Amino acid sequence: MEAVVQNRKLRLATTSLAGCFGCHMAFLDIDERLLDLVERVDFDRSPLTDIKQCGACDIGLIEGGICNAENIHVLQEFRRQCKVLIAIGACAVNGGLPAQRNHLSLGQCLQEVYLTWPGIVSGQIPNDPELPLPLDKVHPIHEIVRIDYFIPGCPPSGDAIWKFLTDLLDGRTPRLGHPLLHFD
Amino acid sequence: MTQQSILLDGLPVPFEEGQTIMDAAMAAEIFIPHLCHHPEFKPQGSCKLCTVKASGRYVSACTMPARDGMEVENNSPDLNDKRRTMLQMLFVEGNHFCPSCEKSGNCMLQALAYELEMLSPHFNQFYPNRPLDASHPQVLLDFNRCILCELCVRASRDVDGKHVFSLSGRGITKHLIVNAESGRLADTDFSLTDKAAHVCPVGVILEKRKGFAVPIGQRRYDVDPIGMQVERLAHRTTTEEEI
Repeated sequence: MEAVVQNRKLRLATTSLAGCFGCHMAFLDIDERLLDLVERVDFDRSPLTDIKQCGACDIGLIEGGICNAENIHVLQEFRRQCKVLIAIGACAVNGGLPAQRNHLSLGQCLQEVYLTWPGIVSGQIPNDPELPLPLDKVHPIHEIVRIDYFIPGCPPSGDAIWKFLTDLLDGRTPRLGHPLLHFD
Repeated sequence: MTQQSILLDGLPVPFEEGQTIMDAAMAAEIFIPHLCHHPEFKPQGSCKLCTVKASGRYVSACTMPARDGMEVENNSPDLNDKRRTMLQMLFVEGNHFCPSCEKSGNCMLQALAYELEMLSPHFNQFYPNRPLDASHPQVLLDFNRCILCELCVRASRDVDGKHVFSLSGRGITKHLIVNAESGRLADTDFSLTDKAAHVCPVGVILEKRKGFAVPIGQRRYDVDPIGMQVERLAHRTTTEEEI
């Protein structure tokens, strides 16, 4: 049994929802350890592979919160396909920066940004049917689906991400102590 | 007469008559998590983070007088689980967006979340909408971060003698208010030299034009986790140099 476990490469998918891709940049901050990682995992859907649909995976990393209908669709796809789902970064954990629009009305936001902001000439609120509909409030992802692990930080450092992933891959309970655990 | 002591997590900890469990623990440099306790002010036991089990009962360490031979459980998985849940409730009740908060790195709520390894808010966010008060020339108030510890209330009332702050409402509607007809800080005699200006454990009462002065990595709780700073916490004053 052990041999089977050792031989099979794990599949890892990542995505950014209502985030800034900063957590993905921090993920790349593991630098040359990325080469060690690809020895142990294959990447499925991820900005690194440009695969558009998530197949059956062992681990899913979600950056960013939920701000529109497409975010919910992708998050649910990841939850269906990934055995272990990890929220990475402040936005996925508590909504983060995008959630700071939550005390404003969405209509007012759109109006100000696209119509009434100084310097805008004949602006219009985008309404192409291909655009995902924004939600009235931004939510952290654990309010939509079950999340197995959380890596806080804005962004978490490459070292924190590496510690967390290697703990998980080696079968240890992932732990971030001082100074890897931080919220900013 | 022999020295009186409590048994804190099995360790004999001496105390003087009149000391609380918190006083005795702090003097022995043993950390009991806390938010509303401050050595300069009368304890009130409202945040419940310092909940310990003394002789089988849950009590607030900051208000419970120590008794000779009292067995106190403090740093146990059971109590730390409960404390973590209380922290999570405090986090979701307010808007605690650490990356954009000037208090980040010097915030006791955040430092305790690190200490107790709180990785997620667990509960659904409230996202309250409480307007800021930027009326005062030297100080900004962000009520969205208030944890109702009443340290500013106690400092202003008991030491500054100004009664600038108060809690109003009950239960979930309880909130911090400013004692002026307009409700604005600028319409009180509040000043930056007040003790109340320097006692907030979170990012509600902020001195203007000072934010983000200390780089990440050098702030109070970047350097050492809060659990390693018991000596400083035991002797801290509101006049200590703010970093």
